[in-house]
Amino acid sequence: MYRYDQYDQTLVDERVIQFRDQTRRYLAGELPADEFRALRLRNGLYVQRFAPMLRIAIPYGLLSSRQLRMLGHIARTYDKHYGHFTTRQNIQFNWPALERVPDILADLASVQMHAIQTSGNCIRNVTSDHLAGVAADELLDPRPYCELTRQWATFHPEFNWLPRKFKIAFSAAGGDRAAIRVHDIGVQIVRNDAGELGYTIYVGGGLGRTPIIGPMVREFLPEADLLSYFEAVLRVYNRLGRRDNIYKARIKILVKETGLAAFRQMVEAEWEQIKDSELRLQPGDLDAMRARFDTFDYDPSAASDTSFDAHLAADSAFAAWARRNLQPHRVAGYKVAFVSLKAQGIAPGDMTDTQMDAVAELADRYAFGEVRVTHDQNLVLADVRQGDLYPLWQSLRDLGLATPNIGLLTDLICCPGLDFCSLANAGSIGVAQDIFDLFDNLDDQHDIGPIKVKMSGCMNGCGHHSVGHIGILGVDKKGEEWYQVTLGGSAENDASLGDRTGPSFSRDEIAPAVQKIIDVYLRMRNSEDETFLACYRRIGMAPFKAELYATEAA
Amino acid sequence: MSALIRPGEVLDNRWIEIADDADLPASGQVILSWARWLSLDGQIPTGDLQIGLRLPNTLDVVAHASQLQSHPLLVLDFPSFADGRAYSQARLLKARLGYRGELRAAGQAVVRDQLQSLQNCGFDSYQLRGDQDPALCIGAFADFSASYQPNLLAMRKRLRPGSHAPLAQ
Ligand code: SF4
Repeated sequence: MYRYDQYDQTLVDERVIQFRDQTRRYLAGELPADEFRALRLRNGLYVQRFAPMLRIAIPYGLLSSRQLRMLGHIARTYDKHYGHFTTRQNIQFNWPALERVPDILADLASVQMHAIQTSGNCIRNVTSDHLAGVAADELLDPRPYCELTRQWATFHPEFNWLPRKFKIAFSAAGGDRAAIRVHDIGVQIVRNDAGELGYTIYVGGGLGRTPIIGPMVREFLPEADLLSYFEAVLRVYNRLGRRDNIYKARIKILVKETGLAAFRQMVEAEWEQIKDSELRLQPGDLDAMRARFDTFDYDPSAASDTSFDAHLAADSAFAAWARRNLQPHRVAGYKVAFVSLKAQGIAPGDMTDTQMDAVAELADRYAFGEVRVTHDQNLVLADVRQGDLYPLWQSLRDLGLATPNIGLLTDLICCPGLDFCSLANAGSIGVAQDIFDLFDNLDDQHDIGPIKVKMSGCMNGCGHHSVGHIGILGVDKKGEEWYQVTLGGSAENDASLGDRTGPSFSRDEIAPAVQKIIDVYLRMRNSEDETFLACYRRIGMAPFKAELYATEAA
Repeated sequence: MSALIRPGEVLDNRWIEIADDADLPASGQVILSWARWLSLDGQIPTGDLQIGLRLPNTLDVVAHASQLQSHPLLVLDFPSFADGRAYSQARLLKARLGYRGELRAAGQAVVRDQLQSLQNCGFDSYQLRGDQDPALCIGAFADFSASYQPNLLAMRKRLRPGSHAPLAQ
């Protein structure tokens, strides 16, 4: 965890006071509704289909057990006993009363949390790799860079009223688990040939109506220049981004309409002017930031445990969980354990207050009191001794949090859709359930192998459908819910946008359509090792199209 | 009537806005639109006239720096509550170009809820939107007692060992 100092704490405390006053003025009729709207969005508060929705920031997905308990408290006290983890590592509550939101923010501030800039046309929560700090394929821990960026972006006076929202993501690993190329700025931390640390910068990626894989704007930016470069990009965007059309206001459109070369030139020219300013990081700045994060005393004898292997051999259910829901840790004797929030009958990403409390307890007992949120809407206990995995699994199983499906078909991600979101064209949670029912058999899922199904209830693409191996998008056809399907998208290193299969499917047809797609894959793959994505890239759309639309022609 | 303020006080506005089709007085302090200024094409009445400019928020202030620097007052425009372009103009004028005159914010966004950001971007004075209570607005400059920006000096100082201890969580 990053721990606040008095300075950080003062800012969030003062934010609560400010928002309390804004809410009071709005309710008293002293603050126009459209202005309160813009101000409440900057505190994560939407007015949704049935009630307000409050989105709380979980910077780079990192939570302490105490913070998770507080989320449980909020679910219990102000909501209907659950919360919804999002694809941006945040959490949303769907039923708070507007009048009580200042109290919720005050509760959050008491555990060093907030809802600052989780919505609105400003710089949003910084996201990163959920395996940061423990992944074997990592160059270094990206989180100090994320925290630096969070502080730079928090209440940035110049960039609080941008043309549109602005999202920044970091990765420092060989495998991109943060989908950096579908962000407004994607940062890959790298080491160049001379051995110096720096960044490869991508700008103008994004999902939504015009999905774009972000082009590289700078191959190597020296480590000290991170914030000055951000500032240059944001300044160009704030000045020149379109404000006449909400659908053309993201920076991706500016990059596209300006042309990459010309855009790059503008950014570089601006950066040239500020790179030697106080924004330049000095030796020691990052070390000081690193020192503010907790470090763990790993147990040197963890690897000598033999019970883990014994339990694997003796308990096939545990073994199935271990196979799917564990990942290697870079310290011998430790594993990364995934807490699956995808279970039968549960909306993907939902968690109850009781589960939150219980997982906080497990984190304290087994994982140094730390929990992470993944952008696939699961949780991670990142530092678990192998000898503790069996009791951990037993507890998770009893809580309904041990579905052994991480990375498999039913580990699908999905936005709230028509059930909660006022922009939705179609339901997504119900479709997720249908898919769950169809593929309930875990052996089948294992046979299908790693696959990412992603679903959004409208073009906005909060469920990242355009980069799903199978993407499902809710569309409205004369007041009915229909679904468009795309194949072959990816948000990882080999990022690509999915291709449309063809005409959309009705609510009844959509889950069977997924079944047909899977059938084609199982028939056509050249071995069990060929993943769905690899297979699609090899055989193309034609066989899938033939299967999907065959009956209509017949 | 809209008030002109700066932190701590309500100011007398001695500057008079001159409509684009009105004649220029021979003396006094006047604010001209950027378009009017361009149309004068350097033909400025000699005498005791001080000219401030009201700039559109689309103007590239760096490209026009030489025409802006000598004016004692520049008014930047916030045409709607959510249009933040003039924030960047302000920082460019103050931090980049070292503009020494009075930088004034005017328009729909010059309200209590944006004053502190405006201040942090370098504005000197604030022409409040008509519905704003100047006394309450002056209080808003103290909403936050600290800031992470615009530069990192504060952050750097407090990150140094021993300067600000992390709080227990
Ligand atoms: S994708 Fe559309 S329906 Fe789903 S949460 Fe986003 S805006 Fe709402």
